[in-house]
Amino acid sequence: MLRVENVTKIFNRGSVNEMKALDNISLYLEEGEFVTVIGGNGAGKSTLLNCIAGVYEIDAGRITLGGIDITYAPEYKRSMYIGRVFQNPLDGTAFDMTIEENLAIAYAKGKPRGLRPGITRAEAALFREKLALLGLGLEDRMKEKAGRLSGGQRQALTLLMATITKPFLLLLDEHTAALDPVTAKKVLELTDRIVKEQKLSTIMVTHNMKAALDYGTRTIMMHEGRIIMDLDSRQKKEATVEWLIEQFSRRSGTDFDNDRMLLG
Amino acid sequence: MTTLVPLLSTLLDSLELGLIYAIMALGVFISFRTLNMPDLTVDGSFTLGAAISAVMVFNHGRPFSGLALAFLSGCIAGVCTALLVTKMKIQPLLSGILMMLALYSINIKVMGGKPNIPLLNKTVMFSFLEGASPGKYARYLFLLLILVIVIIVLFLFLKTKLGFALRATGDNDKMVRALGVNTDNMIIIGLALSNGLVAFSGAIIAQYQSFADVSMGIGMVVIGLASVIIGEVLFGTRTLLRRLSAVSLGSVTYRLIVAVSLWLGMPPTDLKLVSAVIVAIALSMTAAKDKFASLITRRANTVGKEGE
Ligand SMILES: Nc1ncnc2c1ncn2[C@@H]1O[C@H](COP(=O)(O)OP(=O)(O)OP(=O)(O)O)[C@@H](O)[C@H]1O
Ligand SMILES: [Mg+2]
Repeated sequence: MLRVENVTKIFNRGSVNEMKALDNISLYLEEGEFVTVIGGNGAGKSTLLNCIAGVYEIDAGRITLGGIDITYAPEYKRSMYIGRVFQNPLDGTAFDMTIEENLAIAYAKGKPRGLRPGITRAEAALFREKLALLGLGLEDRMKEKAGRLSGGQRQALTLLMATITKPFLLLLDEHTAALDPVTAKKVLELTDRIVKEQKLSTIMVTHNMKAALDYGTRTIMMHEGRIIMDLDSRQKKEATVEWLIEQFSRRSGTDFDNDRMLLG
Repeated sequence: MTTLVPLLSTLLDSLELGLIYAIMALGVFISFRTLNMPDLTVDGSFTLGAAISAVMVFNHGRPFSGLALAFLSGCIAGVCTALLVTKMKIQPLLSGILMMLALYSINIKVMGGKPNIPLLNKTVMFSFLEGASPGKYARYLFLLLILVIVIIVLFLFLKTKLGFALRATGDNDKMVRALGVNTDNMIIIGLALSNGLVAFSGAIIAQYQSFADVSMGIGMVVIGLASVIIGEVLFGTRTLLRRLSAVSLGSVTYRLIVAVSLWLGMPPTDLKLVSAVIVAIALSMTAAKDKFASLITRRANTVGKEGE
């Protein structure tokens, strides 16, 4: 499905600020796998997702998706196959456009964007139906501007936008980190439901270790641009947060002093 | 009382000018608001449209082909600016300035090396209205009709799938790329459309005032911005159609302000100064509003504390 092979990403190459954000990293994802990613600040989690999505060009290695080499494909082309939700709720929607217009842009992904009407009647009905499934009452606010939604509502909408045309791969970068704990849990549950229903191959970065263990079929831990631990679904079930912290200290050779990673 | 008569006739004239410049303002709206990218190409592309329209009238007697050709050439100018922005990675403001400068020379070339072309006694787009039944209102209605058609076409375009992608690019380009849209292409299409409209407006102005001049576009972008902002402040931004109409009404309002200022005795050479001040004030409006709101809450806060 997804193959990240020996990828290295260096920021500010050749300057004093040179930073090896990804260090010869490899990650293979099977179809339908739901991987949660944990690691301290600056471990390279966002960089990994951004390199897969094509935001940054990598310095070495190869990335293939569904057998197609996408190493040098531009971001917008990869987006045809990849759905994304960002950490900042403001990043996921066009604030000055209505909810249904936002959905229409997402729904047109991979189809020609010509001079046909932006939203057909059939599409509006589909959007209403999909919005109703979110259980947030957004189906009755389709003509309201997205800028008026709360952070949690936006993340739910963005999640719907990212999956309304089924992506090969779903990338979630701490998409609940900006939400209050109750809303974060709701959005996480929604994510889990959508991922399971559509059997989506997913990579989800989170700072919340408990969430990382509770959700998904596999968990990886990153440190200094490398994967230092990889748990399959059986190991996940047995693992506890305390055990993870101990493993982190042992494998990274550093003390676990990052409470943000725990609390999210 | 005697001075009111010239005022009334200038007001009617400025109404007509407002309708024509509204098309230019709609072009500026596309770059400034829809793409969120202030584009200074406007000063050059306005004159480009006027020059091409004047040449088509003067040399070929084809006023309407002149309008079409002006629109197309404006589109090309916009594409050039967009390529500087997207492919050469030059800042939008600088790209616009470069194109504006380049167009100055190009416009003189278009006009056959002369700095202006007079069109007196030539057949222009308004000639067929001579002797029309509602008399002097015919030209006014004709211009209104053109503007309404432009607004409707623009509105319908911005409601297509392509239009959605274009609008979202100005709102949130990160999201748009994540949804599989090539934002470079959206900037190219947007700036083409924007400058096409601007040139179209310039083309009509040349035929309306019966001359084209190489310096007629100077400060045009500021006038366009003033119209956009005045329109938004006075007439609202709730829906897209409302916004487009507001920009057009903003243009008319701007012309009325100018007419009244001149009637009050302001020297015409002060016009650009006044336009710059209007735009500066209007652009600082949001900041001023916030400041004002904050002052009120602070006051309420302290007053509330004292009351306890
Ligand atoms: N655009 C960039 N330019 C320069 N350096 C960058 C850039 N993006 C990330 N880095 C650096 O690369 C390293 C990895 O950053 P990254 O954002 O991937 O970490 P992360 O694991 O997502 O951390 P966090 O948990 O804080 O989000 C950090 O040292 C960071 O400073
Ligand atoms: Mg990150």
